[in-house]
Amino acid sequence: MSDKSIQVIEGSEVGFATTRVDALLGWARKYSLFQYPFVTACCGMEFMALASPRFDMARFGAEAPRFTPRQADLLWVVGTVSQRQAPVLKMVYDQMADPKYVLAFGTCASCGGFYDNYATVPGIDKVIPVDVYVPGCPPRPEGVIDGLLLLQDKIATGDRTPAVVKPRTDPVPKDLVSLRRSAEGDPVSEAG
Amino acid sequence: MSKVVLKRLEKRFGEAILSTHDQFGDETAVVTPEVWHEVALFLRDDSRCQMDHFIDLTAVDYLGRRTPRFEVVLHMRSMQKLHRIRVKTPVAMGPDGENPKVDSLVDVWKGANWFEREAWDMFGIEFKGHPDLRRLLMYEEFEGHPLRKDYDANKTQPLVEYREGYEKQAPFGLPEGMPFGRQVHDRWKVHVAGRQTDGKTNILGFEED
Amino acid sequence: MEPLDVELEDGELELPTDPMLLNMGPSHPAMHGTVRIVVELSGETINKADVQIGYLHRGFEKMCERGTWSQVFPYVDRLNYASPMLNNVGFALAVEKMLGVTVPERCQHYRVLLGELARICDHLVCSGAMAMELGAFTPFLYFIKARDIIWDIFEEETGARLTNSFGRVGGMAHEPSPNFKEMVRTSIPAVVDLIKDGENLVLENRIFLDRLEDVGIMSKEDAIALGWSGVVLRSTGANYDARKHHPYMTYDRYDFDVPVGQKGDNYDRFMCRQAEIRQSARIIEQALEMMADEGPVNVEDPRIILPPKEQVYNTIEGTIQHFKIVMEGIKVPAGECYSYTESGNGELGFYMVSDGSGTPWRLRIRPPSFASTAGLEQLITGQMIPDIVPTFGSINMIGGECDH
Repeated sequence: MSDKSIQVIEGSEVGFATTRVDALLGWARKYSLFQYPFVTACCGMEFMALASPRFDMARFGAEAPRFTPRQADLLWVVGTVSQRQAPVLKMVYDQMADPKYVLAFGTCASCGGFYDNYATVPGIDKVIPVDVYVPGCPPRPEGVIDGLLLLQDKIATGDRTPAVVKPRTDPVPKDLVSLRRSAEGDPVSEAG
Repeated sequence: MSKVVLKRLEKRFGEAILSTHDQFGDETAVVTPEVWHEVALFLRDDSRCQMDHFIDLTAVDYLGRRTPRFEVVLHMRSMQKLHRIRVKTPVAMGPDGENPKVDSLVDVWKGANWFEREAWDMFGIEFKGHPDLRRLLMYEEFEGHPLRKDYDANKTQPLVEYREGYEKQAPFGLPEGMPFGRQVHDRWKVHVAGRQTDGKTNILGFEED
Repeated sequence: MEPLDVELEDGELELPTDPMLLNMGPSHPAMHGTVRIVVELSGETINKADVQIGYLHRGFEKMCERGTWSQVFPYVDRLNYASPMLNNVGFALAVEKMLGVTVPERCQHYRVLLGELARICDHLVCSGAMAMELGAFTPFLYFIKARDIIWDIFEEETGARLTNSFGRVGGMAHEPSPNFKEMVRTSIPAVVDLIKDGENLVLENRIFLDRLEDVGIMSKEDAIALGWSGVVLRSTGANYDARKHHPYMTYDRYDFDVPVGQKGDNYDRFMCRQAEIRQSARIIEQALEMMADEGPVNVEDPRIILPPKEQVYNTIEGTIQHFKIVMEGIKVPAGECYSYTESGNGELGFYMVSDGSGTPWRLRIRPPSFASTAGLEQLITGQMIPDIVPTFGSINMIGGECDH
């Protein structure tokens, strides 16, 4: 959510904030994602890791699994969806109440992956609409958290166009590199 | 170590054993389809064999390589004597393209049930006397048998209609020169076709380089 | 509305007794893996059950007939995705059996080490998920934490947390990293401690034990006839471990025991897994001692092993060799072969038919959990509905290998 949608007015004795209803709803929704894990395949192993204390999905308000699609508003499709599974996935999606979001976890769910054959659906977006694609076979939990944050941003702004998690660049700032090089005698300007 | 089993089989069945070999150290007997069930029963109950541990049952499609086209392959081992043996039988398609048929082994080993259902699903081999021969891995609506060599690997039979306008435009950008998604792989076909030459055949009936 | 206590005529029953059909799955919260079980109930007792698999059928065998032998490794990874390294090793051994090569001793110890680490992961996932489905969420967190420690080792060694694709025909993709031994030595006690912590939470818990003991009993004879192998077979009292009875690699040189159960119920299966983790830790300790620090990892055969990158870029022989192996594949002699290893779930077999070219003609996997899942129907018939959950959990059905 952009910072402008909630404005805190300073100066009064109590202090109050103004906002729009849709912004408030988006803000509320993004931190209370009730998820339905549709776990089918290998990516489920990383999904377990994501739920475990080290990566701790609970930090983002998305830890509470609801094992009926009627109570959930975020559908994780974790793993390959075969042609046989596709009607089930569609039924689960249809049972979810609006507003509902779908996160395609892993390459198989996004586009079929390297299972390019008679048995698999080449991406769940052939069957149901998808909000966020997370690539990787399986994706690292950090990548999934990126996807979750991306989805939260989209919920807050009300943006329903599909998005894909892009690979992150090296988090080491350029200054560090230039400092080390300058210590070796190289000019700092070359490092940039 | 499992040679004794092969000897027992040859002694008991004689002509019905088409050939035996121990390539790569795996003792193998090829038997006629008529004695298929009898051989299995003998191997399980004979005091020198005791092949009680069912391991695997599958089929191989030798389209264009051999006649008869299919081969049903059975692996088993003995818990007591630690023998391992493979028994194979060639089965042919019917004259009008009917499915090949062979006796079921469910009454010999219970575990053969699912393995035979899988072989029926994937290769279309009918097991006579199987109590419940349904598809196992594919769905009922599926037509054809996917692991046959003449089934195209890319031929999907979707159960759900694909959505309209699902092209992955938005997140993936404009087409980048190659189609995103399904591509047709003809390589294996070329590969199979390119090797149809005459030559001396080896133990499997394959041409050798 | 009529009063409820109407006089019933003779022969009229108070409750309808038609058997009720109930569908569990294929996306069921209390089941890891995609399986559909249609049960016919009378009251809460299961009269009949029909287990339907195939919801994760991904066409593994068809895909293998398209690429070269080496290109099968990534697919093999995703068969039993709880322990990819064991599948890697199993497939590499199968192709090596056909080629008639044996990898150097250092590589064999290395494969054993990575394989046993993967086996610990496999058992942890199964036990953890089973406990979670019975409502004990905390042991699951302990086990996953322990698994993450092992995954860190894998990441350091192979570059991937889960799907390693690290095995190669005739060796491994890379030799052990310099601090591999130290990493394993320090992490194994930590892992075992965490597992103990997790076990302490459930093994004296009345609810947990009541749901495991005497539920889902399988007799030894039935298990053998069903083709069970691995933990599920050993829990019934049958003593068969491919590592002991048909030793491959260097397993005949380690001192380890095979835990065997007595009854074949869920408790035995759970405890056999936990005991096997300790045995794997023992094997790891011995293999660490035996593995040399120096020496070759790959076989020296230019027809099998890719040349080092310096040669590929600088010499024409290296370039051609690299091109031949990558484009045409390793030429495996024509014939057929069945090779088996002890994977996390049992005997993982590969039946391979080669026509002498670089592509498999037929590659059949014999998945251990396929046979175990086939016995599920027998296990749950006559039991109650809630017994399905622990029974299914203790079978450890892994969709990737069970559905091919």
